[in-house]
Formats: sequence, structure tokens, C-alpha cells
Amino acid sequence: MDLDFSPDELAFRDEVRQFLATSLPAEIRDRMRRADESHVREDILAWQRLLHARGWGAPAWPADFGGTGWSKTQQYIFENECSLADAPMQLAFGVKMVAPVLMRYGSAEQQARFLPGIIEGKDWWCQGYSEPGSGSDLASLKMKAERDGDEYVLNGQKVWNTLGQFADWIFCLVRTDPTVKPQKGISFILVDMKSPGITVRPTRLLDGTFEVNEIWFDNVRVPAENLIGEENLGWTYAKFLLGHERTNIAGIGASKRGLQRLREVAARLARNGRNRLHDPVFATRVAQVEMELRALEITNLRVIFAEARNHAPGPEASMLKIRGTEILQRISELHVDLLGASALGLDADGDDEALQATRAYLNLRKLSIFGGSNEIQRNIIAHMILGL
Amino acid sequence: MDFSFTDEQQMLQDTTRRFVASRYSFDVRHAIAATAEGWSRDVWAQMADLGLLAINIREEDGGLDAGPVGTMLVAGALGEALSLEPFLASAVVATHVIGNLGSATQRAEWLPALGSGDLLAVLVTDEGDALHAAFEAREERGGWWLEGSLQGVYHAGVAGLLLVVARTGDGTGVFAVTPETPGVHVSSRGSVDGQRMADVVLDGVHIDVSARVGGEALGPVRDALDAGLAALCSDALGAMERILAATIAYTRSRVQFGTPIGSFQALQHRMAEMLIHMEQARSMSYLATAQCTNPDLPERREALCAAKALMGQAARYIGQQAVQLHGGMGMTDELDVSHAFKRLLAFELRYGTTDERLASYREHVVVA
Repeated sequence: MDLDFSPDELAFRDEVRQFLATSLPAEIRDRMRRADESHVREDILAWQRLLHARGWGAPAWPADFGGTGWSKTQQYIFENECSLADAPMQLAFGVKMVAPVLMRYGSAEQQARFLPGIIEGKDWWCQGYSEPGSGSDLASLKMKAERDGDEYVLNGQKVWNTLGQFADWIFCLVRTDPTVKPQKGISFILVDMKSPGITVRPTRLLDGTFEVNEIWFDNVRVPAENLIGEENLGWTYAKFLLGHERTNIAGIGASKRGLQRLREVAARLARNGRNRLHDPVFATRVAQVEMELRALEITNLRVIFAEARNHAPGPEASMLKIRGTEILQRISELHVDLLGASALGLDADGDDEALQATRAYLNLRKLSIFGGSNEIQRNIIAHMILGL
Repeated sequence: MDFSFTDEQQMLQDTTRRFVASRYSFDVRHAIAATAEGWSRDVWAQMADLGLLAINIREEDGGLDAGPVGTMLVAGALGEALSLEPFLASAVVATHVIGNLGSATQRAEWLPALGSGDLLAVLVTDEGDALHAAFEAREERGGWWLEGSLQGVYHAGVAGLLLVVARTGDGTGVFAVTPETPGVHVSSRGSVDGQRMADVVLDGVHIDVSARVGGEALGPVRDALDAGLAALCSDALGAMERILAATIAYTRSRVQFGTPIGSFQALQHRMAEMLIHMEQARSMSYLATAQCTNPDLPERREALCAAKALMGQAARYIGQQAVQLHGGMGMTDELDVSHAFKRLLAFELRYGTTDERLASYREHVVVA
């Protein structure tokens, strides 16, 4: 048993740090630091192109597909370092979500057509899963795809679509057979966002931002060649996909960065004569989060270690998701509590630090709701691990 | 990064688990707890035969030297069995002190007897604070005079050798005292977790100069207590594993409203939370084991405080929920749940309480 990274892993970490220090453009880093999303599409795609140029465009893909072929531990180190350096997150919908499905279930033609645009930072992908009546109970989804010659005709509505207002492509779960058990009549299809009949309407969120959309499909015609795998097997592909967005599910790097920044703010306040870290009540709450994060980092490494030993990604990821999102949310609470009433201004010309803290606190409520709510994760633990 | 165990470590764990599975059923434990001594010399002899009492003795001293990881695996299995034997007190902490502090003569005299189970030794000190010496030692007339008292020393009542930590004129010393020495008063009583503890009073005890174990002892005492804390953490993890497994089994079999109560989501989510607490606790048990020998003392202390505090919180949550989910049955003496619950309570309060450890961790990482 050895809880430390090996010399090779430490050397890799230093290599990643060096790359981030020299290659992450300052203006992108500064926008990420300020949580300024005014250039979100340009920033994320530009960073994707820089990573690709370094050969690191797809940390989790096998080398055969142009990926890095990195171990799970290396992927973990890479993502942590990116968070600590304020680099943009890679767009998960492309590299982490639709790409593994394409590699596993897509045809050679589909792989050749779509994978390069993902790794090269050309295409922006988004996800069409949830519907007004289908959230946690996703398999009840109703959006229809009816075969008509060489095309499918899509009719229905998707909701909670993240960043689809910038998207070139959307991967959708659609109902191709309404007569069978819900899970048996779902298909997985790729849709060009420029297709006639698609209407995107951003949803204003509690922090004033537009991060998610409603999307209407009105007789949208999609070439049948865009169907992944077989008709009505979409649920299988969706479940496979779920196992592939999880190496960074605990958000350890983001939490570490959040705690660093909390200290920076605390130090600035202390210089102005208000050292909240000397308040035992507040300091104990910080210590509590630090302690749980330290434990979660080890738990995360244990899960990675088990996965690397040929255990497929399993329900243990649900534990990482629950604790990881709770910790991120609690750090955001500490930020607003540290700033006190100065965190109340929500105008852009207010104190930048306070504005960010408040927006983050409001925005990060999403963490325990999306990606399978934390209640759904507890159901998964109860059923899959505890056997209840 | 490697979370696997060596073949030898794995074997040690398997051996201990097999032993407690075949020889330490809950009924057996119940019977042992009801005896006057409150633990079993027969079980102790069998543990010695398996080599479990020699795992903290170095090879050059004739031991198995299984290190912190081996100790963690053995202590975990004994904790799961809710063992009442003085493994932690004698085979971990006291053995450590003698091995690291004792002269060659002292090691040769005591370590083989500790490994064979013929001798029981207990370190008499405040296990929550290595810096706090409850006893005073004065050098006089070619010997040492010892004074002081300490309450609630685990297993001190059965020790053939009391290793008393005392403040000397110029530091800290460990003094080997037999319970028969005039002026030594050891009164045993039960602890809430079913183990035995004792109040130790030294009232003008005079011992020979040769009874001092090695020289300046603060470092070795602290090291031994840190090794003990890591082992205790593993013991607690074993108790958590047992109590969670019992709770899952109980809620699957207990039928109300025509269905097992484990099918209710309110209870399922509680047990999912218990599991997360336990896995976080396991990570911290590993951390304590990995860090208990770290020569960087501030780093070691920070890690051990975090481990103990987080595991204390986990122990309390898991213990309380296990009793709650067992309903009235959780309140009875009859089921193992209440006994594991009480063992976890002892864990929470021993070796620096959860709050004390969290406050200490806070001073290290937040205020510093």
C-alpha cells in the first residue's frame, strides 16, 4: 500500500504543470478565474486545439483513436492540474460522452466523420436527454423519431440542454418504439443543430446566466446514417456513456482550487482587519471541508486503482459524485459566508470577488441535481452496492 | 499509488479473519465478556500461536515486523470481531515502546515474552496527549521514585508490566513497574465497550535504576501512540463494517407493512450515507497507517488528526443510524449492534476526542 504518486506519476504531473504554465493563454486563464463566460465557445475550443496540438486532446481515448493512451491515474492528475491552473474544462459532451459511444458502437464511417472534429476542437457538441416529463425517470422520454425512407423525422422537446446555444451537433435519445417497455424503444441519434425545424431557447437561471436551453424539434429530418448502432438499443448506449464521464466526477482539483481561492479572499479581508480564519466557528467549517476533501481524494484514487485493475467503472462513482458535489457546494457556501453582506450585490459593476462568489453559490446548486441527482445516486448505491 | 497488499500482508489478514470467524463468534465473545477477567487467555495464546502478537516486533528481535499495514489488517479483523483482548495495548503500543526505546538487554528480556503471549505490557500514559505526563519521576538513592495517578488505562489491570510514562527532571522517561511493587495500586473496571480498563495510582513507588526503559522517551512514546492510533482507527473501521453489514441484513429481513423495511427509500438513503461515511473512513484509516511513521512530525500530526476526527464523525453517524434502523432491537444487549455501537463510542472518545482532533487539525491547516 502506497498512497503517494510514483516517481513516474510525479514526473508526469510536473510535465502537465509545465505545459499549463507555458501554454494556457493568459486571457483565457483570467476569464476562467473571473468565471467570465462571455467567450465560452471560443475559449473552450481554442484550449481544445492547444491540447490537441500537444497530443493531449483526448486524455481518455485509446491511442488508436488519437488519444493519449494515458492511465486512469494520469487522466486524474491531468484534470486536477488543469483545475488548479484555471484552465477551461474540456467540453465533456464531445470528448467524454459522445466520443466513447462512437468508438464503441459507431460505424467506421461515423467514427471517421465525427471524432476528428471533437479532438481537433472544431465541433461543439451538446446533449439531448431530459424532457419536460422525463428527468430522473429518463427512460420515459417521449420525443419521437419516425423512420421515413432514408431519414428519421424528429418531433418533441428537450430541456436542461447545457450550452446547446453554441452547438454544432446534438446527440439525442429518442423514442423509436412506443409499444414496448420504455427502455426497449429508445434510440441514440446524432443531429446537426443547423437542421430546419430546431428552435433553441435559453433558460434564464437563478444566477442570471444562460447555461441551459429548451430545444424544440418540429419535423426535423435526420439522415438514417446518423443513428448510432441499432434502432431501439439506445438505452444500452446511454448506460455505457454514463460510465465514461466519471474520472473527474469528484471534482477534487476544482475543490482544491476553491479552497485556495477562499484563503486568498480571507487573506485580503485580513489585511483590511477582518481575519475570519481566526474565528473558530468559521475556521472549523473550513477545516471540516479540508478534512473531507483529503479523505475523498484518497477514496477517488482507490476507485481509480480498482478500475485500473480491470474492474469496469462501477457504482462507486456514485459515492464520489455525492461527496464531491457536496464539498464543492460547501466551499461555495464558505465563500459567500466569508464575504458576508458584501456578497449581496448581483450587478456586474459590483465587487468582482463578491459577485463571483454569489453567482458560484447560486450556480453550483446544480451540482447535486444534474448528472443523476444525488438522490438518484443514493438509489444506485442502495441497489447496486448494498443490494437493497 | 498502490492500494494493494503484499502476499504476506494478505495472508496475515486472512489468518486473523479465519481465526475470529472460527473461534470468536458473538456468543463466544459474550461468554468471555461475562468472565471476571473480561477477556480470554486461551484466545490470547491462540493469537500468539498465529504470530499476531509478534507483528510489531522487529525481525532482529525475533518478531515478524509486519509494520503499520500488517497491523492495520490484523487490528481491522479484531475490531470487526469486537475482540476484548489487549492486542492494541500490549502487542502494538507497549511492544512498540520497548522495541524502539529499550536497551538490548530489555528487548531480549521482554520482547520474546510479549510475542509468545506470556507477558502483557501496557503503556501507562494519557493516550490522547503524548506531551501530558501524569506521573513524576525523581532520581534518588540509586533508584527512581514515582508518583502520580491516571484513570481509565485500557487493560492495565492485567499487565504484568506497567510502562509508566513520567516527567523526569530533564525530560520524559518510561519506567517498567510490576503491579506487585509496593505503592502500586491498580483497580480494574469495565469500559463501555466491554473491554477492561484500570485506574493506576503510584504512591511513592521506588524502583531500581535499571527499571528505566532506555533514555529520553518522548519521541518513542509519541511514535508508539501514533502507531496505536493508526491501529485503533483500523479497529474502528472493522466495527463500522460489522455494524453496517448487520444493518443491511436486518433491514432486508425485517418485514413491516408487508415488505422488508430495506425497500423503503428513506432507509435506503440512510444506509447509502452510512456506506459513504464508511468508505471515507477507510480512506482515512489508510492515511493514518501510511502517516503514523512519517518522520515529518507536523505532517504526521496533521494527517492523524484529520483521520481521527473524520473517522470519529463517521463512527458516530454509522453507530447511531445502525441502532436507529434496528429499531427496538438496536436497544437490546442481545444483538451485536449495540456492542459495536459502544465500541465506536469508545473510539470517538479515546486518543483525543473527535472535537479535540478536529480543533487540532484546524490549528494546523487553517489558522497556521
